[in-house]
Amino acid sequence: MLGSGILKGLAVTAKNFVGSYHDPARMVTQEYPDVPAKLPAAYRNFPFLVTENATDPMGTLRCVACQICEKECPPQCIYIEKSKDKKPDATGKPQIYPAVFAIDTAVCMSCQLCVEVCPFDAIKMDQVFEIAATDRFTGLLLNREQLAKPNTYFHQIHPEEAAEVDARLNAERKAAEEKAKAAAAAAAAKAAAPKPAAGAAPTLPPTTGGPSA
Amino acid sequence: MESLEQLRDRLLTRFPAAKVELVLNPGASPEHSLLLEAASAREIALFLRDDPFVKLDYCSNVTGLDWPDKEIIETKKVSVPDPAGGPAKVVEEKTKRLQPGYLEAVYHLYSMALKSTAPVILRLRTVNRSDQVTLPSLTPVWRSADFQEREIYDLYGIIFEGHPDLRRLLMWDGFKDHPMRKDYVAPDDFEWEPTPHGVVHERAKAHYPLPGDRLGQTPAGQQPGTVSPANPTTQPEAKP
Amino acid sequence: MGPQHPSTHGVFRMIVTLDGERIVKLKPVFGYLHRNHEKIAESTSYLASMPYTDRLDYLCSMTNNWAYALAVEKLGGLTVPDRAQYLRVIMAELTRLVNHSCLVGFLFNDLGTSFTPLLYAFREREKILDLFEALSGSRMMCNYQRFGGCRVDPSPEWLAAAKALVDNFPRFLDEYETMLTGNEIMLARTQGVGRLSAADAINAGITGPILRASGVDYDLRKVDGTGFYPRFDFRVPLGAHGDTYDRYMMRILEMRESVKILQQAFRDLPAGPIMDPKAKLRGFRPKAGEAYGRLEGPKGELGFYLVSDGSPNPYRYRVRPPSLINLTLLEDMCLGHTIADSVVILGSIDIVLGEVDR
Repeated sequence: MLGSGILKGLAVTAKNFVGSYHDPARMVTQEYPDVPAKLPAAYRNFPFLVTENATDPMGTLRCVACQICEKECPPQCIYIEKSKDKKPDATGKPQIYPAVFAIDTAVCMSCQLCVEVCPFDAIKMDQVFEIAATDRFTGLLLNREQLAKPNTYFHQIHPEEAAEVDARLNAERKAAEEKAKAAAAAAAAKAAAPKPAAGAAPTLPPTTGGPSA
Repeated sequence: MESLEQLRDRLLTRFPAAKVELVLNPGASPEHSLLLEAASAREIALFLRDDPFVKLDYCSNVTGLDWPDKEIIETKKVSVPDPAGGPAKVVEEKTKRLQPGYLEAVYHLYSMALKSTAPVILRLRTVNRSDQVTLPSLTPVWRSADFQEREIYDLYGIIFEGHPDLRRLLMWDGFKDHPMRKDYVAPDDFEWEPTPHGVVHERAKAHYPLPGDRLGQTPAGQQPGTVSPANPTTQPEAKP
Repeated sequence: MGPQHPSTHGVFRMIVTLDGERIVKLKPVFGYLHRNHEKIAESTSYLASMPYTDRLDYLCSMTNNWAYALAVEKLGGLTVPDRAQYLRVIMAELTRLVNHSCLVGFLFNDLGTSFTPLLYAFREREKILDLFEALSGSRMMCNYQRFGGCRVDPSPEWLAAAKALVDNFPRFLDEYETMLTGNEIMLARTQGVGRLSAADAINAGITGPILRASGVDYDLRKVDGTGFYPRFDFRVPLGAHGDTYDRYMMRILEMRESVKILQQAFRDLPAGPIMDPKAKLRGFRPKAGEAYGRLEGPKGELGFYLVSDGSPNPYRYRVRPPSLINLTLLEDMCLGHTIADSVVILGSIDIVLGEVDR
């Protein structure tokens, strides 16, 4: 019969229409601004810099300004300037830190390559997506003060990954400390001079700052 | 399927006047290619398409390649006889040779009838990169080369003789240069904006000189271009 | 028509010469979305091009990633572990479901049936995109494949969710077909419209479902045996007339085959590593040479041609875009038809302008 195909199709739409009132599979609309969106743990949007300590974010940045992410960033949205001096990092080892670290989030495409290439676990992906600015340059060009977020925040958004990273870093720190202690003890024994103060500071830098890719 | 050497030999017996050369691929994948001459390329292509043994009825991919002039330094060991009558000395002699650049069109051919898995690759080379850049078009043989040859003409500047409709494909008609060539210089007339990219910034600054040296006003320790909300000194204001 | 026209699937322009309502000449105009993807790729490292391939055909980022990874693996002589091969097949077939269901929706949109089929397709697509997001972190720009493997290993929960979705998918297809396939208006508008003969299609390098709709048995999953496809049991559907209706049916039938492949993949997925231990993420420098890697993408043969000179950047990076080359015969298909038919024919070719213009 001519028109039966059309009628069949209309029956499908009618079923869907009625279903949208009672069938849970059809009731897919989320009342977004009132009900916050549920994000999967893997969701990524824009990088941030991890700091160890929330009270002193600039003093405890994990970033050592090695500029690997700057080189690898596909749209070249990261800009880093190395510091002239060294500051002690979380383990007490003197390190170069980024004097300038800026990310142009208007250019960033959230590809996660900076996170993947970072050997220090210093840059991680954020989950912010409700971003609005009146001006592209003041609002979306983020400097290091705006990018720095504490490790606790990282634990909040990516709990599994953060726990894994922390476990790895702690193990490394421990190894480094023990190595430094052993080296200090060896140095003290070798010198055998009454200069105990020298043993307090780590004399040998650990071989690597993090896991190599 | 016959090997590429066998195919070359068969082509040479079929077209005794033509020159067919085997180009070996040094990489990990065994994809070698045949270098054809411009004069006999279309005849050979037609033969390859209809030949029952290879039946290359499907031209998958057509690519342009740019090889600019290259300076090759060759070191040769020359023995120089000692004028005093002693044993001859071996001296390394360096000769510089300018290998002229050329443009290249690469065709990846497969056979749909025989379901071949390895491509037969044809290469065509122009004489130079400036005035003798004409190659025969293979669009009359495989229509799939139509848009791809237009693209190569657009981006590399190879003129395909016999192409039914050779116009620019991706760039606009009034565009002058060929952007995929290695010596292409990108334009620098960007609108001035405080991006963190030094190079772009400098070029844009040269193009749009700013009223006063605004970059000098950024406070010490802060790089021009990185704007913090507390210090919005580098507001964009210069518009061309 | 165009460049801003709802029927052209993006910024695409067709210069049409008409005799009354009949088309006597049609010239497509490209380049409105041209960003010289190839030049960008030649100025960055091999790894940095991977996220850019997501943006070629933005409906099928997973297959784009795979095709590029395939070419680089050929160039660098890398091998891919079994589990990663299976994961790649899973991602590629999920992508095929996304692409084909949306394409059918768009095709009906072009026919003038308002939005309903497209929205139903989008509802299913959302579920797959949710899976992609839970796995790779992004819905459309997945950036999932790496040279020598995949980036993340899916959790058992993810696999269970994906399996449940795939098992339910035929129900959606049945509903979709009940709604669309027998529709008399659709039959009248598509049967016999935009015929394409097998000989023409082969000569013009047309690939993918359009080629198979013309009756040519050529599927790279079977021919090349890319990845682990030879391990799966599936058929390649073929059309008989090469018209728009056959091209529509081809997509529906391919989706049913994809569901079969996916069910086998979930059943056989082995445990093991997902990356080649030889593969290097950063500072990848293949030795000089060239390679052409190709893959049966949802739109046809997606190929990447790479030339390396031993430096960290590719010397030449070329995408063989199926969307662009499938347009070669657009004029031939449209000649003699009305202007309203040209919209449907273009819709049945399935183009994404991000890939056409690159």
